[in-house]
Amino acid sequence: MSGDKVTKALLFLSSLTILLLSAGIVLSLTGGAIPAFREYGFSFITSTVWNPTSGSEEYGALPFIAGTVITSLLALLLCIPMAFSTSLFIAEYFRGTRTAGILRSLVDMLAGIPSIVYGFWGFYALRPLLISTGLTDQGFGIFTASLVLAIMIVPYATSLSTEIIAMVPSELKEAAYSLGATRREVIFRVIIPSARSGIVASFILALGRALGETMAVTMLIGNANIIPKGLFSPGNTMASVIANQFGEADGLKLSALIAIGLLLFAITALVNAAGKFIIRRFA
Amino acid sequence: MSDTHTTEPVLKIEGLSIAYEPGRYAVKDVSATVRRNSITAIMGPSGCGKSTLLRAMNRMHELYPNIETRGDILLDGKSIFPMSVIELRRKVGMVFQRPNPFPNMTIYENVVAGYSLNDIRLKKNQRDEIVENALRNVTLWDEVKEFLFRKGTFLSGGQQQRLCVARAIAFNPEVLLLDEPTSALDPIATSKIEDLLGELKKKYTIVLVTHNMSQAARISDDSMFMYLGELVEAGRTETLFTTPKDARTEAYLTGKFG
Ligand SMILES: Nc1ncnc2c1ncn2[C@@H]1O[C@H](COP(=O)(O)OP(=O)(O)O)[C@@H](O)[C@H]1O
Ligand SMILES: [Mg+2]
Repeated sequence: MSGDKVTKALLFLSSLTILLLSAGIVLSLTGGAIPAFREYGFSFITSTVWNPTSGSEEYGALPFIAGTVITSLLALLLCIPMAFSTSLFIAEYFRGTRTAGILRSLVDMLAGIPSIVYGFWGFYALRPLLISTGLTDQGFGIFTASLVLAIMIVPYATSLSTEIIAMVPSELKEAAYSLGATRREVIFRVIIPSARSGIVASFILALGRALGETMAVTMLIGNANIIPKGLFSPGNTMASVIANQFGEADGLKLSALIAIGLLLFAITALVNAAGKFIIRRFA
Repeated sequence: MSDTHTTEPVLKIEGLSIAYEPGRYAVKDVSATVRRNSITAIMGPSGCGKSTLLRAMNRMHELYPNIETRGDILLDGKSIFPMSVIELRRKVGMVFQRPNPFPNMTIYENVVAGYSLNDIRLKKNQRDEIVENALRNVTLWDEVKEFLFRKGTFLSGGQQQRLCVARAIAFNPEVLLLDEPTSALDPIATSKIEDLLGELKKKYTIVLVTHNMSQAARISDDSMFMYLGELVEAGRTETLFTTPKDARTEAYLTGKFG
């Protein structure tokens, strides 16, 4: 065999490994989730009861689905103004300047901070601050988790939107300037409309991140297996309930947790696919 | 030949030097004039500073930090630099090398983009009139009147470029700057644009960058020849092509470089 063929075979084998691995993950998740789905059927998704007491065992995923959706959407809402303005700043207002370069590296640095550190920071710095506002007793809950989640996805959304905005052809901007448009007009009439779908996609991908984010959320959300009743109510997300309970779980409870994992996997995959589709289609 | 000495030039360039990097001049001490209602061609090999010179005339360089401009440009006898850049750009329109209609706008919206971008409100019938006039002026009306509300990017390259000319003249500028407007077009689309420029010079003063000598010879009244950032020679196109004064001009015209 020639060296070329060996390389080719090796590359093929490693790609195959990845393929088998992902298939294996999906298969074992599905296999593990079957008992829970067989026991509860569709009501697994709609039930709000989470009762591990043996004898009257019952598991429903709705509180966690709600927790995940609410915290992620709230985080996204908080993230959009920050990420959008920062990316405009870097990619347009201060394009090519030192300031933009510094800001860009800061954003990248923020993206590299481990989840646990954000959680820690939220626990020791943000929580006392929230308690001091008097809005919450313990400082745990949906809002705290969402806020930290927002801070965690801002760098990701920012760097994606920055790239999208920087990709708007300078010919279009120059065309607008040559017609006497001001910078503000160019930004709002040319750059944002041309980059719109890409910007939307970068926020969808950021949402995908938020959905599965685990560590920081687990530390801050208050870990109550209920549908959150308000902004400062404790709750649990799909990821945080798994992180919290998998250690002591077996039997039907383990299967219910695996089923939640499978659902989370499916939701995240869908959201990411939607984001990638929009980026590929329009950007 | 008409009398150039009695009519004041539309544009007067005085000792203009432009550097993208400190000390490295892409345009070196250029002085020249542009006559009213004429086509002035700026020729020269690639990289000699044609675009740089042209883009100074509507202060495009100000969009980028660190480009140094020295010298002066007068429009109708007044320096363009103290002017409001917005007003200047309305008086001096521009067409680019590659057709660049706004992809998010319809053909109609593209023509009036100069107004909408500047938040100038027009009545619908005024707008319709501007659109029809501008499109007729660039001989595009008959081709697109059926689908004015389709995206401009559906048109062919040549049609898109004529749309861009329409967009530039919709504001009724005094001067129209064109930077190699036909370099991305096929010969038929090119000759349409050339014919069009011949018509447009009745209303506007045209400055055309081209690296295509025969285009300059075909349609320009005056020519400038640039080399390595210098304006080597300028004058009536006929004179410059038949009896060039500078050896470099002659070398260029006989195809020795470029
Ligand atoms: N944005 C820029 N930054 C740095 N150098 C530039 C830039 N644009 C043009 N130049 C340089 O300036 C010189 C003149 O360029 P240009 O005016 O575009 O030439 P032409 O239009 O005649 O081909 C070239 O050497 C080119 O490399
Ligand atoms: Mg050029």
